[in-house]
Amino acid sequence: MKVGLVVNPVAGVGGRVGLKGSDGAEVQARAFALGAVPRAAERAAVALTELAARRPDVAVLTVAGAMGEEAARAAGLVPEVVFAAGEPTSAADTVAAARALAPRVDLLLFAGGDGTARDVLEAVGDSVPVLGIPTGVKMHSAVFAVNPRAAGEVAAIASGLRDAEVVDRVDGSPRLFGCLRVPDVPARVQQRKTGSSSVTPDAVAGIATELRALLSPGDLLVLGPGTTTRAVAAVWGLEVPVLGVNVIEGDELLAPDAGADQLLDLVSGRPAHAHIALTPIGGQGFLLGRGNQQLSPEVLRAVGLERLHVVATEAKVAALGGRPLLVDTGDDALDQEFPRYVRVVTGWRRTILYPLSERQS
Amino acid sequence: MSAPSPHTPVSPADARIAPKPRLRRFHQARWDEPLIFELDSPGERGVEVPITDLPVPTLPAGLARAAAPALPEMSQPHVLRHYMRLSQETLGVDLNVDIGQGTCTMKYSPKVNDSFVRDPRIAELHPLQDEGTVQGVLEILYRLEGLLKEISGMDRVSLQPGSGSSAIYTNVSMIRAYHAARGEGEQRDEIITTQFSHPTNAAAPKTAGYKVITLMPDADGYPDIEALRAAVGPRTAALLITNPEDTGIFNPRIEEFVRLVHGVGGLCCYDQANANGILGITRARDAGFDLCHFNLHKTFSTPHMCGGPAAGASAVTSALAPFLPRPTIEFDGARYRLDDDRPESIGKIRPFYGVVPNLVRAYAWIMALGAEGLRAVAETSVLNNNYLISKVLEIEGVSLPYARGRRRVEQARYSWEKLNADTGVHSEQIGYRVSDFGTHYWTSHHPYLVPEPMTLEPTESYSQADLDEYAAILAAVAREAYEDPEVVRTAPHNGPIHQMRDASLEDPGTWAVTWRAYRRKVGGAA
Repeated sequence: MKVGLVVNPVAGVGGRVGLKGSDGAEVQARAFALGAVPRAAERAAVALTELAARRPDVAVLTVAGAMGEEAARAAGLVPEVVFAAGEPTSAADTVAAARALAPRVDLLLFAGGDGTARDVLEAVGDSVPVLGIPTGVKMHSAVFAVNPRAAGEVAAIASGLRDAEVVDRVDGSPRLFGCLRVPDVPARVQQRKTGSSSVTPDAVAGIATELRALLSPGDLLVLGPGTTTRAVAAVWGLEVPVLGVNVIEGDELLAPDAGADQLLDLVSGRPAHAHIALTPIGGQGFLLGRGNQQLSPEVLRAVGLERLHVVATEAKVAALGGRPLLVDTGDDALDQEFPRYVRVVTGWRRTILYPLSERQS
Repeated sequence: MSAPSPHTPVSPADARIAPKPRLRRFHQARWDEPLIFELDSPGERGVEVPITDLPVPTLPAGLARAAAPALPEMSQPHVLRHYMRLSQETLGVDLNVDIGQGTCTMKYSPKVNDSFVRDPRIAELHPLQDEGTVQGVLEILYRLEGLLKEISGMDRVSLQPGSGSSAIYTNVSMIRAYHAARGEGEQRDEIITTQFSHPTNAAAPKTAGYKVITLMPDADGYPDIEALRAAVGPRTAALLITNPEDTGIFNPRIEEFVRLVHGVGGLCCYDQANANGILGITRARDAGFDLCHFNLHKTFSTPHMCGGPAAGASAVTSALAPFLPRPTIEFDGARYRLDDDRPESIGKIRPFYGVVPNLVRAYAWIMALGAEGLRAVAETSVLNNNYLISKVLEIEGVSLPYARGRRRVEQARYSWEKLNADTGVHSEQIGYRVSDFGTHYWTSHHPYLVPEPMTLEPTESYSQADLDEYAAILAAVAREAYEDPEVVRTAPHNGPIHQMRDASLEDPGTWAVTWRAYRRKVGGAA
């Protein structure tokens, strides 16, 4: 089989440093200044390694250097380079590379986020099956595998195709840009993020009370992004940025919009006194790895999974339609440490025991 | 040509009468009926109380009213007319096919049972009468307990609790007392339930101070047993579970559920409020449960009484018997007595003996049917339900999520998801439109896990013609949704009032639960 690969080398660089995205040269420059390390190639290599293990006959066609060649070589493959990009790479390179690859491959893999998906959509439309290796920050679109390794699995499975939405935030609101044809492997390809059901202070008052009861004086609470967690903070009288990871101590907003390094500093200083509260992405079920990369594996390990609390309204849990919660922390070993079932706090003294994606081995 | 209706004339002599439409033409009565307080006519009187020479006892000062109650003064015929008119403005089982009550189960209550409770020996019973003068009533209650013991397989029964939440709260209180007596009261602070159990299985323990863990259904609609394995532990006080659940799906692994909970020292409590479909077929005790409760209004054909606080019954194994509410009814072979000396009891749940008229109705209903009759009730209600399912699933836009191809017990939770996607019409709007055909469709299907839900529970009370009529109404409304959705969206059209502003129900500024509150808000008077 012939697979095309396009890597957006800067996709996701803003995530761990708390920039919410990586679009545009300015944001990327800030991310690098904050110490961000590009990880797109590394994640693409995980996908290709998995794919090659399952399909030794795979031939990879790709772009020179950071836009694919390096990732393929890191996976132990010898790719055919069919396109060379300028330096620094740009969205136009992604479009041109995808156009060059599409007529020559059975499946086009791309590593990136929603912005990259938009570029691929513009380049190839429905002319070739496409699958995203998730390396961006938010990833609202339904064209990505649930994690890099799953991308390799899905690429290896010959399967039917379905239309999947390409969604990206524009001026703060999600917008649908069109559909790509992706392999139809439901448990391995993520769902589109759904808009949040109305989260009012009333609906989360019980959750807020329950969370408060978990904390002792002097404890830190790291609050993940989302409208649910923001509403929880509002019940406590705190106004927090909706897209950021925020740290709360007592009645104070200690650190709004914290990046991974800052979080690690804060939680490491309070062994056994730091908690994390997260809400899954509506409809999609991602708990970690989409829109909250600031919660790095190091931060999660420092806090400990036993002090990680999942919160959601019952309506949000219902909207998952029984699909399991997902984690993609970027650290495979850590992903495996999550329990198969997690308690989702839905109100005061109310929890739902909910499955987390079955372990992959 | 349409199929013959159940109302088609059958004899030539009837041919002069125009054939009835397939669907009943229905319009709810609309009386410009004032509130009874507005019918007050000073000086008018209903009954004249005979003068007596007997001494009238004076009440203690603390019990006597300072002023006479502000009852309206009306003649008897005026009172009767008032309530007759009101009764015509309602939808109910005595007027129409009432299948759509969903999990709240409306079944026919034989009118003969009302004659028993109108008997002065029941109607004029005083709760403070000496035990020696109420031996007959105590005997009925004692025997009813015996029947419910047999039906549940349990060792002791209390008729003290009200139904539904009251009975569940009673059982939770006994669970707490049981663990406390064993020194594990503090440790066992979690109660496990399932998403499709009655919501009060979560609400009542939470009210009692427990943390509640809910298990979601697996892909087939059964409670996720793997989740149960992850949930049980030393903190588990009990499992509270409904079976069949509100989806109508019977959990075939219920014994395994019970074993898992017992394995960690927890108790298992069976919500048998939906016992309609399992009477004489399966019993709580046989599945290993420690406690269960019945809603006598659901299964044993007594009136609902204001939406729930009717008569219930808690049944327990002998290990839990010491904690039953007091007093219990005891029989020494000659006399019945109320035993209040029960040191481990959770205490009194209700005043006096419970809701005696409903207990008598339930006793009469069970005695009239006998063991074989109870099983026939279960079989008929299951047959009725599965017949209705087959009719409903012929309708475009409806589906029956979970456990595809499997039979349901006595109820089913359908989904109008496809109809909603095709037409924009919601389940709730279908419910309003259905009332235009003289029947009811309850719009509470908590939790809203099934999209655009509809829950139907036809019970054993309905004939095949009733079921056909109900299904035909749903089919007609679904057709309307596809052809002219506006008709459904703007329903009801044949009711005494049209669409109301739902928001007003949530607004304390507009609703009034008493006449005085109404006057204060609307009339400006105190």
